[in-house]
Amino acid sequence: MNSSRPSAQHLAGIARRIRRRDLDMIYEAGAGHLGSELSCTDLLVALYFGELQVDPDEPSAPTRDRFVLSKGHAAGVLYVTLAEAGFIDPAELATFMQPGSRLNGHPDRKLVPGVETNTGPLGHGLPVAVGMAKAAKLRGESWRTWVLTGDGELQEGSNWEAAMAAAHFGLDNLALVIDHNRFQQGAAVADTNDLAPLADKWRAFGWHLHELDGHDFDAIFAGFDVARSTRGRPTCLIAHTNKGEGISFTRDRVAWHHRVPTAEEYAQARAELTEVPS
Amino acid sequence: MSPAPTGRALHDCRDAFAETLMELAETNPALIAVCNDSVGSSKLGAFQQRWPERLVNVGIAEQNLVGMAAGLANGGMLPFVCAAASFLTARALEQIKTDVAYANTNVKLCGISSGMAYGELGPTHHSVEDFAWTRVIANLRVVAPADPEETRQAVRAAAEHPGPVFLRLSRMGVPDVVPAGYAFAIGRALRLRDGHDLTLIANGTLVHRALDAAELLARDGIEARVVNMATVRPLDEAEILAATRETGAIVTAEEHQVHGGLGSAIAEVVVGHDPVPMKLLGVPGIFAPTGSASWLLDRFGMSAEGIAASARELLARKRPAATR
Repeated sequence: MNSSRPSAQHLAGIARRIRRRDLDMIYEAGAGHLGSELSCTDLLVALYFGELQVDPDEPSAPTRDRFVLSKGHAAGVLYVTLAEAGFIDPAELATFMQPGSRLNGHPDRKLVPGVETNTGPLGHGLPVAVGMAKAAKLRGESWRTWVLTGDGELQEGSNWEAAMAAAHFGLDNLALVIDHNRFQQGAAVADTNDLAPLADKWRAFGWHLHELDGHDFDAIFAGFDVARSTRGRPTCLIAHTNKGEGISFTRDRVAWHHRVPTAEEYAQARAELTEVPS
Repeated sequence: MSPAPTGRALHDCRDAFAETLMELAETNPALIAVCNDSVGSSKLGAFQQRWPERLVNVGIAEQNLVGMAAGLANGGMLPFVCAAASFLTARALEQIKTDVAYANTNVKLCGISSGMAYGELGPTHHSVEDFAWTRVIANLRVVAPADPEETRQAVRAAAEHPGPVFLRLSRMGVPDVVPAGYAFAIGRALRLRDGHDLTLIANGTLVHRALDAAELLARDGIEARVVNMATVRPLDEAEILAATRETGAIVTAEEHQVHGGLGSAIAEVVVGHDPVPMKLLGVPGIFAPTGSASWLLDRFGMSAEGIAASARELLARKRPAATR
């Protein structure tokens, strides 16, 4: 994939478009997790437009790469990304969280093409991803598994069960990307149940650890390359991100975990996301 | 006390389970066993020896056990998760609900040593809530076979069913109960003995006790129908309604809490369609005292005599056919 990766500038344009549509969608639906979605938007863009071997025309191809969004509350930005990538009709985004829509507040693999597993309760994605990577090993297939978790959700013990297993099974076809935006629903992670020293924890659990700037496409791809070239153990990429990234007044503000903007706030946010940075 | 099962050999259904798993694995390379340090208690030693790479042991970590199984299924494998029923269901219930049932992954959950099979080890190891927990989860088949042959067929049926199944297995010795030529199907009950005075419905380890109870009742001229209802969800409603219509009274017996299990499930059907007097036998809403499974079942009124006594009491409450 390396040689055919789009430029950072091109991806930044896609990311801006996705943030804009995500903002619109949450404003229209009157619900969603804006802050959590803006923090992982660039990571999703890098995955879907520069890394994952997936095909919207054959979303269940047996040897596709698997991507698991463990922080299922960021479903909105996943749907916008899947629409941008051709998995679902962009017009359908208008139905987000509306009665009868398949675009639930948390993703359902049975209904939405491109969704690999149902998430919502936290701490579910990593164990499932470990199973996927183990399946590829058992089958002798070369597809890879990518899983994106939040940081707060690492307080769930199931992650650490899975972390041990992934290292024990030597799953070098598995990469975990942690959207380390430092905030959970109610407060800073550090003030709730601190994860620090996070990098040391993953190293101690037998993972190859790499840290990167989760809003810098070149840095993200460098991290993906680290994951691809690591042998004998899984890779954990700690992506340093900002909750609410892309809108000045939501950035690093815990209140925006799942707040819906007022009309005034919406107008300002829309204007910020429309300006093309020089 | 139950009558001495003279001449009846008792079988540990885990043997039939493990043998069938290996037969299936011979022809289906996608079939794998996934366990939580439970190779011995799931009788997977021979499987492990034959296919060491297809025995995925995740250690003592049930949330990861079930989550991984969902991922293994997504990746094209056919995982049979083998773990003590108490830990599999209680510890990983949210993974069973979300990763397996809601996501509709092709995972087979095999709860070994269910009920009070661990006897004297106590209520921490008893699994007498699992019917209640699993049967309320949408898209999950719940099956408790009664003997080795039914276990063999249930394992095959689970493998063929394209979706989540919970197989509830025991280690307590049971005699053969299903007839020669029996064909198991998920959701179909088996009438083992006909009768028109009342119906005894049981599954798993209670089926042979219900048959013995019917034998005792027959000595008093009471003709009890005996139904093996191996599938708790989806229930064989037609067989239940045949029992209400044709026999007018139902006693249920299960190695499970009396709340929320097989009896409750049957009562939901009965009350909604054709109310008749019922007596539900099971663990009476307590954490069981120290004792073997057999001793506890007797103590909770589920010896053959105990079931027969409940049947007689119920008959006294049964309404004449003309008024039903």
